[in-house]
Amino acid sequence: MISFSEIETTVKRATRSKGFSWGIAEEVGKNIRLLEMFGLPGIKNINQYFKIYNNENFENINVYARVNISKKFFCPIISGVNFFDQSSTISEFKQIEINNLAFPLLFIPFVSRTSEIIGKRIFLKIDNKEFLFNFNQSIYSNYLSGDIVEKSEKINLQFLENKNSFSENEWSELYKISENTFVEETEESKQKAAGAGLTDND
Amino acid sequence: MNIELRDPKYLMKLSKLGSFHQSKLSFLRSFLNEFKDWEYKRDLFELNEKGCGRAVYSFSKNKRTYSLVCFANEISDEERSDRVIATKWDAAFALHDGVPTKEDLERLAHNVPKQEVGRLSYKELTLSRANKSIRMFNHVVESLSKGNQPDTELLSKVGYLYRTTAVYGSGKFGLADRFRIKNREEIFGPFRLEMMLVYLVRQFTFDQVNHMARYKNPNTAVELDQNICRNLGIGNSTGLGMAPFIVNHPMLLNNWILARETALKKIREIKEASKKEISIFKNCLVKSLKNVTSWNTDSDFQNKKIKQLNEDLEKFIKFLNEDFSFKKAFPFNNIYLWAEENLNDECIEYIVSIMMEPYDEITKPLINKMSSDEDRYFNIPINRTIEELRNILENRYSEILKIDFKKKESNQNFWFISKNKEEPRMANRYEIEGSNLEQPLAIARDIKKLYETIFTLKNSLKVGKFLKDNNHLRHVVRRAFITEKFPYAEIQDNTIGSKLMPIDMLRLKLSFFGAIKFDPRSDKWLRICMFQGAPLPTDLKSFDNHWIYNSLN
Repeated sequence: MISFSEIETTVKRATRSKGFSWGIAEEVGKNIRLLEMFGLPGIKNINQYFKIYNNENFENINVYARVNISKKFFCPIISGVNFFDQSSTISEFKQIEINNLAFPLLFIPFVSRTSEIIGKRIFLKIDNKEFLFNFNQSIYSNYLSGDIVEKSEKINLQFLENKNSFSENEWSELYKISENTFVEETEESKQKAAGAGLTDND
Repeated sequence: MNIELRDPKYLMKLSKLGSFHQSKLSFLRSFLNEFKDWEYKRDLFELNEKGCGRAVYSFSKNKRTYSLVCFANEISDEERSDRVIATKWDAAFALHDGVPTKEDLERLAHNVPKQEVGRLSYKELTLSRANKSIRMFNHVVESLSKGNQPDTELLSKVGYLYRTTAVYGSGKFGLADRFRIKNREEIFGPFRLEMMLVYLVRQFTFDQVNHMARYKNPNTAVELDQNICRNLGIGNSTGLGMAPFIVNHPMLLNNWILARETALKKIREIKEASKKEISIFKNCLVKSLKNVTSWNTDSDFQNKKIKQLNEDLEKFIKFLNEDFSFKKAFPFNNIYLWAEENLNDECIEYIVSIMMEPYDEITKPLINKMSSDEDRYFNIPINRTIEELRNILENRYSEILKIDFKKKESNQNFWFISKNKEEPRMANRYEIEGSNLEQPLAIARDIKKLYETIFTLKNSLKVGKFLKDNNHLRHVVRRAFITEKFPYAEIQDNTIGSKLMPIDMLRLKLSFFGAIKFDPRSDKWLRICMFQGAPLPTDLKSFDNHWIYNSLN
């Protein structure tokens, strides 16, 4: 079995050899390691992408807009790096659309890492494949085939607001159950607790 | 009294770092302390009359076992080479996580002797190989087989029977990734499992000579005297492969140096030293002289340093005996200040190491802080401003910004990965082709380039926005923000200049391992000795903590 450390080092070197800077190569090495750790086919996709990389002209999304369209396919690496670098302004859009992204699985780790740094869950739809990114701790998805995804015509990305997944009532019910671990205080202990007997206006 | 930590701009120069010595913080010493109450066993020993075969040694505690699996091979003298390009070795080793099954042993037998071209699994933690110091090895077997102990004077010239030529860990060749084991308390200190491997290999070398002597002459053979064993270590040949490590792991480097500097600061802040503490310091100092006088090397570079160290130590001992009083407040601070003024780096750092000997309560808590979680600081803080980045460069890299990279000699070398062995190498960029494939180890040059690029940019510009058009500098932007938080993360020198001595980088790392007797064979590789004077596995329940100064060699 290939270790994650070998994956990171080899991907970093391969990325550099394709003409990306060392700094970007470091990002891609970490990303593919992340994909493989989450059980997604990082090696398969990056390998295939590098096979065609020099023969096709890819576009870059240099500055993100709410809708990002190109006739040619976008490079997932440069578009991903710029997504990460511009994440604080992009998240203000609440949701964005990318049309024509090559090898969209290679874009995923940038989104996952962004979810962690902006502190918000992100929902991503690549054609009919759905992904929920949970602060770079886990990725919840209906994509399980492990296949190479060469192209995506439409990507929708939504920054989710931090809100509870349960009602106030559900929380109150649970809280009440938790109260069964508390002990009733005596009058004496109340009088001796921190701050007791002093004026707080000193 | 509050003593400041030593300034990274002064300390992180390569000539200074290349003068570091082992100390109580060194990994091989902290390994022995951690594993002293583990159960040691030789589980398997199946060698033939030539000493070839397999053996298994283990350390166990509660439900955890680490097993060293050894494979001893027969090779000809012509095949024996310490170079990384070698393909056969006298012995090969892997540290297995748990008790290896028969299937594991078979799998390892097919892979471990092949080293880099074999494949290991997540069940293995470290991998290594070693060659005999053939003159020593044969002499010892010969002597023991005749019923005699070997010539200790001859042994003292070398100090070991075997030399390891590489020790791999952390996911290399399929070994377990660090994350699988990083929460185990017994390995919180760095390189602990690499140290375990080397330590158990040392025991294997003793068992192997005893075994071969017995086969050679069962009627007269005797076992190697335990005191002689204790004074033998394991040698190691180390080349450039180790140098990029300290550049590629800035947080780890910081944590090692910070631990040493924190220990020094706390010791200098001690107002009064007890009689016991003074006596430990003085004893270790005097005993350590043997380690210096028996330090043999053919290297002019090192011999000059050893000569200087000897002279400085004489000067220091004279000062201690004639002009110094431990009764005066803050004695170790007074010693340090005197050393700074009167001695050279090699001796200053030597004394710093010995100052730690009486102070377990200071060094012990620091040992577990010497690892690092490097992924935590990988993301570049894109919302920081160019003004903040510029301030970091001016504060943390002021020495580097002084280097003139327009001069040819400042750019003379480049680091690359060799095609045949995938090992780091260094070459003259004006003589050798391949600098277009240069590794990102020219940190000083690239930091200066970054500084020049951002010098005139708007203060309020966000780093994320800057990177859009400057991704060629992304790797050093990341480093700058790491160095902001970790002051000792960066070597304050030019790692590609014509005056670079790569062995300074090796020496720094090896001193933290706990190596002694640095023996440079060129400016690019050196031999060292580890565990010389260390207790044997059967001594571990109770041993002298200052064993490193007890060597008879």
